[in-house]
Amino acid sequence: MTEPAAPAEDAVTAAAAVAGTATTAEVLAANPLRDPRDKRLPRVAGPCVMVLFGVTGDLAKRKLLPAIYDLGNRGLLPPGFSLVGFARRDWKDQDFAQLTHDAVKAHARTPFREEVWKQLREGIHFVPGEFSDDGAFDALAMALAEIDETRGTGGNYAFYLSVPPRFFPVVVEQLKRTGLADAPEGSWRRVVIEKPFGHDLRSAHELNEITTSAFPESSIFRIDHYLGKETVQNIMALRFANNLYEPIWNRGYVDHVQITMAEDIGIGGRAGYYDGIGAARDVIQNHLLQLLALVGMEDPTSFDASALRREKEKVLKAVRLPANLGLNTARGQYAAGWQGGEKVVGYLEEEGISSDSTTETYAAIKLEIANRRWAGVPFYLRTGKRLGRRVTEVAVVFQRAPHLPFSKDDTEILGQNALVIRVQPDEGITVRFGSKVPGTAMEVRDVSMDFAYGESFLESSPEAYERLLLDVMIGDPPLFPHQREVELSWKILDPIEEFWATQGQPEPYEAGSWGPPSADAMMARDGRVWRRL
Amino acid sequence: MTTFMLSDTTAGKISAQFTHLRHQMGAPAIGMVLTLVVVSEERHQYDALRAATDAAREHPSRIIVVISREADEPIRLDAELRIGESTPGEVVVLRLYGELTQHADSVVSPLLLPDTPVVVWWPGAAPDAPAKDAIGALAQRRITDATGFDHSGVKSLVTRAKGYTPGDTDLAWARLTPWRSLLAAAFDQPVGKVRKGLVEASPGNPSAPLLAAWLSERLGAPIKVADSAGPGLTAVRLQLGEGELAVTRTDSRLATLSRPGQPDRNVALARRQTSELMAEEMRRLDSDEIYEAAVKRFARTYKG
Repeated sequence: MTEPAAPAEDAVTAAAAVAGTATTAEVLAANPLRDPRDKRLPRVAGPCVMVLFGVTGDLAKRKLLPAIYDLGNRGLLPPGFSLVGFARRDWKDQDFAQLTHDAVKAHARTPFREEVWKQLREGIHFVPGEFSDDGAFDALAMALAEIDETRGTGGNYAFYLSVPPRFFPVVVEQLKRTGLADAPEGSWRRVVIEKPFGHDLRSAHELNEITTSAFPESSIFRIDHYLGKETVQNIMALRFANNLYEPIWNRGYVDHVQITMAEDIGIGGRAGYYDGIGAARDVIQNHLLQLLALVGMEDPTSFDASALRREKEKVLKAVRLPANLGLNTARGQYAAGWQGGEKVVGYLEEEGISSDSTTETYAAIKLEIANRRWAGVPFYLRTGKRLGRRVTEVAVVFQRAPHLPFSKDDTEILGQNALVIRVQPDEGITVRFGSKVPGTAMEVRDVSMDFAYGESFLESSPEAYERLLLDVMIGDPPLFPHQREVELSWKILDPIEEFWATQGQPEPYEAGSWGPPSADAMMARDGRVWRRL
Repeated sequence: MTTFMLSDTTAGKISAQFTHLRHQMGAPAIGMVLTLVVVSEERHQYDALRAATDAAREHPSRIIVVISREADEPIRLDAELRIGESTPGEVVVLRLYGELTQHADSVVSPLLLPDTPVVVWWPGAAPDAPAKDAIGALAQRRITDATGFDHSGVKSLVTRAKGYTPGDTDLAWARLTPWRSLLAAAFDQPVGKVRKGLVEASPGNPSAPLLAAWLSERLGAPIKVADSAGPGLTAVRLQLGEGELAVTRTDSRLATLSRPGQPDRNVALARRQTSELMAEEMRRLDSDEIYEAAVKRFARTYKG
């Protein structure tokens, strides 16, 4: 029989030592019931209030409110957790509760349970008002003070700005004026913002000035929901927990990398936001460059925020644009066509889009990373709307074998080996390699090997927003891009956008196809092809 | 779903049949991450297999159910293979007769997935020292269930402590995770010194003494167990310098957290399905030192 485990005091010291830089280190040290060896206990947020601006928006209804419920259902919300809605509606608490209830019923991933709803319902409040209305924000401050009193939330507030960026200045100013942005000793105030983080370097900088005027950088959480996805976090596990891939993860073996986010939908109701922004600013600047950073970075010294961000920044800093942007980028705009058996209109015929809009709905760019690991390996990034189907993936395509001891006929249709990280919708990993076709002849052809980690199990695989909202409440920042990363990404994209602005109308492509011919021509010039998705 | 029955068979024939069925279904490669062996009596088989299959949605597994039947019959091995929609992995139910019941490991061992973890679960009665059991010895993780011991669940925990080997756990412990999580969350705000405490549960509930042992281990205060009307665990009361920190739950769904100087708050705290407990068990396959400390402390203080 072994000795009983270390007494509580030792464990607490161990907890503090292991927690290291974690923001919850003090909590751990003070809490005798926590122990880093106790892996069953989930990370639960401390008592807090989430204040949601923009409660009637699509994102709130489809993602945020259901994610909050799901967190509650998994037992990850703290006792007393409260949710405050703020919007320009003449509503009472129960109206907002009804909206939340409907959103949860329609979109939550976990089953509806009455007791979880009851817990959540008790903490739901609504404050009506305009963003410009001082009185409404005074009312919000009073409501929050009252919630601290009745629910024991201890002055910890997270403000989620699910509103268009043009409202940021006024909301942030109001939070500053009412003192809601200043955390009293022993509590915290955090602000959560969604993309777009500006539309170019300058506007991103201005936006940041506004936010940092009220909140310190460490309290600003920029949500890129891709980083909350299991497979995206798995990129780090795949690369840094294995010895199998890292030796070949460089210019010696990799031919090129393709990072794709294809959507089958059009712009839907987002005309007002999308027109003038376009595919590159909407998707490449944030999601695709973040994926590039995770795939291309060196191993971080640890997985805490500063170490991880440092490596991502290094790789973003090393990104080089091609000399000739005309030949190495492509942009397109979807025209009418057939998408998945439905007849759909072209971008210029969409409601709310002017018939001479030059906004691109497809963008492809070629980038290089100027460092020892990647020099000479192109990274092709592409995204588009109204493409054949919805898929996001990172494909690392390897060089051909230096010598094939087979006859040319035997390997005629053998492609290149590839490792594909499938981000959505079917999360997993695929390896493509050559295999002999059974039979008497030596015929070698490509086959795929798939791995998917139980993502079909709804209860278990948390939605990206769940993970990120929990991280905000816990104060754990590694999965949120830093302002420096945002600005570095704009530095990459700005010259391309400026070049495109001089090029007039984007090339049309038929809805349901895989983009404009110029994108294929761009690959063909390099002797490569896009992966068929 | 394809079900296939093999009577009077061998492990080799079962393996061959699995390969055949997978090829026939056109899915020869499945990313299974572990083998789950369920050692069960016939009466527990249906529920256990259901829970295991549900848990396999999170952890794609080959599930091997081992049922020992009449030992005085002639030696025979019957197998029921299931593959397809009910689970992302594969299921085989083995029924052993005669002297073979003493040598179940000889059937199980060749059916394990190569080079991946093995988990053994006894939904009912379990050997005194799971790690020394012939099948238990094949596994990294050995899961017992004190509530499977009908009326002697609490006492079985003493046996668990005596026979403990790293890698052992008990579902009575997994059932406590939401309670422990809530209590830990309550202690995230400083509460000061706990003087003594009480865990209330329906009589004979094996989770209650484990919770009490864990609390006294961590808090350094005496924690007693008292009977209540149930269902399951109904309350934890901790006596502080002034006032009481309490979590009470009477309907097995919604709990109330009360602490001095603060309003009472309701928290969802539903009893969980066995499949959820199993999914939690399979998430971490390393040894559970906190459980070890709790079960051993309980055994030291048990006066049955």
